[in-house]
Amino acid sequence: MAKVLVVTSGKGGVGKTTTTAAMGAALAQAGEKVVVVDFDVGLRNLDLVMGAERRVVFDLINVVHGVAKLPQALIRDKRLENLWLLPASQTKDKDALTEDGVGRVIHELRKTFDWVICDSPAGIERGAMLAMRYADEAVIVTNPEVSSVRDSDRIIGMLDSKTVRAENGERVEKHILITRYDAGRAARGEMLSIEDVLEILATPLLGIVPESQDVLRASNVGCPVTLNSPASAPARAYHDAMRRLLGEAVEMQIPSERKGLMNLLLGRRAA
Amino acid sequence: MVMSASAETVRPVIRLRGRSYVAFVFSPVVPIADWLGELDAMLAGSPGFFVGKPIVLDLSAVDLSPLAITHLIKSIESRNIRVLGLEGVEQGRLSLGMPPLLSGGRQCAVQEIEPEKPSLQQPTSLLLDQPVRSGQSIVFPDGDVTVLGAVSSGAEIVAGGSIHVYGALRGRAMAGINGNSAARIYCQKIEAELVAIDGYYQTAEQIDAGLRGKAAQARLEGHSMKIVALS
Repeated sequence: MAKVLVVTSGKGGVGKTTTTAAMGAALAQAGEKVVVVDFDVGLRNLDLVMGAERRVVFDLINVVHGVAKLPQALIRDKRLENLWLLPASQTKDKDALTEDGVGRVIHELRKTFDWVICDSPAGIERGAMLAMRYADEAVIVTNPEVSSVRDSDRIIGMLDSKTVRAENGERVEKHILITRYDAGRAARGEMLSIEDVLEILATPLLGIVPESQDVLRASNVGCPVTLNSPASAPARAYHDAMRRLLGEAVEMQIPSERKGLMNLLLGRRAA
Repeated sequence: MVMSASAETVRPVIRLRGRSYVAFVFSPVVPIADWLGELDAMLAGSPGFFVGKPIVLDLSAVDLSPLAITHLIKSIESRNIRVLGLEGVEQGRLSLGMPPLLSGGRQCAVQEIEPEKPSLQQPTSLLLDQPVRSGQSIVFPDGDVTVLGAVSSGAEIVAGGSIHVYGALRGRAMAGINGNSAARIYCQKIEAELVAIDGYYQTAEQIDAGLRGKAAQARLEGHSMKIVALS
């Protein structure tokens, strides 16, 4: 039974694309057949993080408009044979997405894949709405700071009202993934605590991914962090989150403070 | 209607009141035997339908002798249907013992006389069993709103009556919007951006910092809002 998972957040720069790539690769490593779909039309990034930017010929918009067939647009990962990418168009904008067209593409992907992971653009406009429209489950990527948490709260409200499932009286299963967590800053009260975030969002926690240079490094070489440095803290956190998504009971690890100082020096990265 | 003059001594006052009733009207057509057959078929479908519902017999479509009229009335009454009165026939054709001649009847829509259903009342309270998320606006001018969960920062509740939040109130709560100054706001944890009752409001800055995070209620006292801890 195929599952459509949307990775969303409302706010930009919190780690949606990193999460999509890392979770997609982790699921594929676990033997699931996975496609990651970039909904960020006009600002596509997922192809870069997946290291497939030179192989894009057709894209989601071409398929939505019937210009290309789905198999022509799907790009198979060179490292994992179970992992595929459906890239976004860089030249169009979000208005090129139609609800029916996206519905057809998702329907077709469901037939072939175990997991269809939709990488949502930031915001609450058309692109984000269509990315979540057909979702069965949602990973809400949240940084432990007030603006990200409030945006996540808003997105959760939309998952509960604007999705096909919500309109049919069903529920989208929602999970919070806290990313860019810095134990040192959290300890000094410079970040919201995990408890605060969960209390505000009132949604189950899927995992806590620490802020790490490994994430930046992986993006720069175009490889999901779970493949590029599988022993790193963020990779292990994503791996645990993936197992929880598959229904396993995995003990939650709150990243320790040890690496805090180094993480402070980290730069920002794209969502 | 009959007026009676009474004895000279006491002279009780008799008040006459008018009242109208709705009755079904039977309009038989010739041949009468076939028409009675139709009536039987209808009664077979719902035998008790005319119990307690006398009918009026409209004879304008037929030309019957007094004897035939008597026979028709007997046929109908043998089916347990009482004839209340006659219509559409000259007085001269009627004989003693027949139901009286009626006039002045008017058409009306027949109401289904069924056991009365409890009328659907407009709900006077709204229960939300999920948190109210940022960006959501709940507007319920007809009464109270109860939320089982938090009201997030950036969310708002607008109620004609009181607002009850079984969780943290972090957004805006506006109670008594239709001029109901008796409305109140209750929450388990007050971290509100704004609370208002009947147009009087306080923003987060005005709310006593000592109350923050505590269970509280807001109510109006005259023209000022009081927010106090719920103990």
